[in-house]
Amino acid sequence: MRVGLTVNGKSEPLEIEPGDTLLEALRANGHTSVKNGCANGDCGACAVLLDGRAVASCLVFAAQAEGSDITTIDGLAGKDSAYHPLQQTMLDAGGVQCGFCIPAMILTAADLLARNPEPTRDEIGSYLSGNLCRCTGYVKQIDAIEMAAAIMREGGADG
Amino acid sequence: MADKYEVVGTSVHRVDGRGLVTGRPVFADDFPKPVDLLHIALLTSPHAHARIKAIDTTRAESMPGVALILDHRNTPEKRYTTAGQGYPEPSPYDARMFDTKVRWVGDRVAAVAADSLLEAQRAVEAIEVEYEVLEPVLTIDQAIAEGAPVIHDEDDALDVWDAPRNLAAHVVAVAGDVEQGFAESDAVVVVTTETQYGQHAPLEPHIAATHLDENGRLVILTSTQVPFHVRRIIGMLLDVPIHRIRVIKPRIGGGFGVKQEVLIEDLPAWVTLQTGRPAQMLYNREQEFVSSRTRHPMRVRVKLGAKADGRLHALQMDVLSNTGAYGAHSLTVLSNAGSKTLPLYNKAPHVRFSGDVVYTNLPVAGAYRGYGATQGYFALETAVDRLAADLGIDPLEWRMRNHIREGETSPIFAALGEGREGVEQTITSCALDECIRQGAERIGWTERRGKRERHGSWVHGVGMSTHMQGSGIPLIDMGAASIKMNDDGSFNLAVGATDLGTGSDTILGQIAAEVLAVPLDKIVVISSDTDLTPFDVGAYASSTTYVSGTAVARAAEDVRAQILEVAGDMLDVEPGSLTLEDERVTAADGTSATLAEVGIRTLYGTEQRQIAAIHSFTPELSPPPFLAAFCEVAVDEDTGRVVVLRFVAAVDCGTPINPKLVEGQVEGAVANGIGYALFEEMVFDARGRPKTTDYARYKIPGPEDLPRIETILVDSFEPTGPMGAKSVAEIGINAPIPAIANAIHDATGIWLTETPFTAERVWHALRSR
Repeated sequence: MRVGLTVNGKSEPLEIEPGDTLLEALRANGHTSVKNGCANGDCGACAVLLDGRAVASCLVFAAQAEGSDITTIDGLAGKDSAYHPLQQTMLDAGGVQCGFCIPAMILTAADLLARNPEPTRDEIGSYLSGNLCRCTGYVKQIDAIEMAAAIMREGGADG
Repeated sequence: MADKYEVVGTSVHRVDGRGLVTGRPVFADDFPKPVDLLHIALLTSPHAHARIKAIDTTRAESMPGVALILDHRNTPEKRYTTAGQGYPEPSPYDARMFDTKVRWVGDRVAAVAADSLLEAQRAVEAIEVEYEVLEPVLTIDQAIAEGAPVIHDEDDALDVWDAPRNLAAHVVAVAGDVEQGFAESDAVVVVTTETQYGQHAPLEPHIAATHLDENGRLVILTSTQVPFHVRRIIGMLLDVPIHRIRVIKPRIGGGFGVKQEVLIEDLPAWVTLQTGRPAQMLYNREQEFVSSRTRHPMRVRVKLGAKADGRLHALQMDVLSNTGAYGAHSLTVLSNAGSKTLPLYNKAPHVRFSGDVVYTNLPVAGAYRGYGATQGYFALETAVDRLAADLGIDPLEWRMRNHIREGETSPIFAALGEGREGVEQTITSCALDECIRQGAERIGWTERRGKRERHGSWVHGVGMSTHMQGSGIPLIDMGAASIKMNDDGSFNLAVGATDLGTGSDTILGQIAAEVLAVPLDKIVVISSDTDLTPFDVGAYASSTTYVSGTAVARAAEDVRAQILEVAGDMLDVEPGSLTLEDERVTAADGTSATLAEVGIRTLYGTEQRQIAAIHSFTPELSPPPFLAAFCEVAVDEDTGRVVVLRFVAAVDCGTPINPKLVEGQVEGAVANGIGYALFEEMVFDARGRPKTTDYARYKIPGPEDLPRIETILVDSFEPTGPMGAKSVAEIGINAPIPAIANAIHDATGIWLTETPFTAERVWHALRSR
């Protein structure tokens, strides 16, 4: 079957099997930046923005996403810049190790900053509590989100 | 030290950073799949211990999409070890691809290769197996009891220490006479600790994909820490010549030791060899918990004897380690419980280490960051605090007086190696005193220790611990690097070393860039492809910076000398009078040639030649990094809950080649260690079935479970390391258990001897004060 949704601003009918999760449908259609870490809603590596909110795409049926607007990491940076500020600061701060959790973590952080442009470290940690990382201890990832928030408040990007 | 370098010592971006932050397809499961790909599903044992009496696959074979079914009847029978170690592996050959006996819940019974994963899974459900269920062995004590069921009763296993007694391995190392030493001591303490089953839980589970290339060679794309060991072990197991195999490691989503194992590559490889079709095996999260590898649970007894002035006089460690169903890394993890801990307190003339590794019908243990030292340090570093308390000496002061120092040695270095005798060594750099000083100052040791500050039912305490690890395995590890020069003055660096997210591609690139006086973006790094790069043992034993890094430095120095020779011809001066700086070779008279000009001349000009070099390095030493950890905890005396409020790790890793990557290694190791100290635990039912099969039930730390880990990089220079560097990857994971245990004692007066320090366990200990 086929569901119609928008992925990164492009209308994209996805060919799916009934029962496919949004995670499975996105990956099967080439959106492999969406990672499968557990398929159980525990690790957060599959997070995408669904109508602007970060959701675990493994907990959403693809059919439920009919008509919705999906953003993956590919759609985050503005057309004019290579990196969204969160991508830039994640590298600047040293928040990336293996990188498997990173696209979802950046998307979740983008969701947070859209709602709370000046979060405290505790607020960032709380918002990221569904995004597991086994490599870093989160120190530098939270640094990166603080740095990106500062850049975005100064209007450095259209994030 | 780092200020004499241009690229080394700076936190340049990772060379793989762009692809990772933009979500490019870089992991093994991200690449486009061939249309004829076979997906593999596993049938695993529901019993902890059973014989397979019969397998009926007839119904499964006729199901749609099924291409091949594997079990013990149609797969190679030879015994091997899945441990991805140097050859010959110091682990027993006690495993088979598929055996007639299953030894833990999760052991392989059969596998199905089908056109889709769903079809493979459906066919797995149609396989009928008749088991003779045997009594399972589920604890260390059951394993060593008289008359215990024998787990490895097969007659073709190799190098098992004592199979009829369920012993996989055994070690003894002795210096002096500990009995005499304890008799001569004024204070003696004995501590016995127990650590639990823990899992690495990398975000990316195991995955391996195989196909035959256009010349019929077997290509294995795998999420591994040890590509060259994969090539060798798969070649041996499946009887394929090494030159007919190519192993490629793409980016991998974390390893921590669990991917130092040739765990699943044999399945798609065999399917591809049998069918000619590409195949893929991908663990799901449940399989990653059930059928993967774990940390060896250990019972460790430490006995310390000291003179009245505090000087350590006798030191004994006795270990019982549980390797689960197979002996992967059993001998070497046991050895490291002593060899990476006991030399830290080298003042004792009397030292004894002994240990046995038992088989049980529980998940297979393997390599896990810390590699036995984590378990050993729990007993050693809590025993030190108890000894210091008995002696009335501040535990910080006791450690200052007793730890090993630059220019000193320990008899353990020679007596205890990686499953065999070790290598003598003298410490060539040690800044542990400074680590202790800076860490103590940061945590506020003198102001906060022993104060038992109260907030309602919560009471605060501070604790510390000190640690060493190693930098690779001396006289065993080997890393190699090749560098060639291009016509724009850039270089290709090819290393066998394996970047599992640690950033080793970046730091090896930085070492080359430093020697060749170019920015990092002029070094194109390729790693971990057995066809394209020279050999390396892989990423384990905290070896890459020191071992592979030295190989890179040597290759770069050779290339640099060749560049100066060519430039000398160009500028008509002696090469020795030239300087290479900022991508330019300059003569004393100010004339110069850019690296691009040198490159063009060598490739297109007169006396054409490829400037290139390949070098390797096998270390004779394993210079330990050192770490002093300090933490502040709060303990709720009503509930037993423990919260780590602060954690300070002061590290001597020699020159930090890339400070942010070094800090990241320490922070990540400490975070993993805090999880293991406080809550991570694999739990089994009375029949050995795992109950913790997802991240909800096997909790790993999230941001709210951790303090803001504070890392201090203490100034240090290792004269034998590349640009003064030592290792740093593992050491941090050893610190949380003892530092937290010692802090809990400071807060409450209880000594914890079992991990994890759950609220329940702490509450019971508080009640029995």
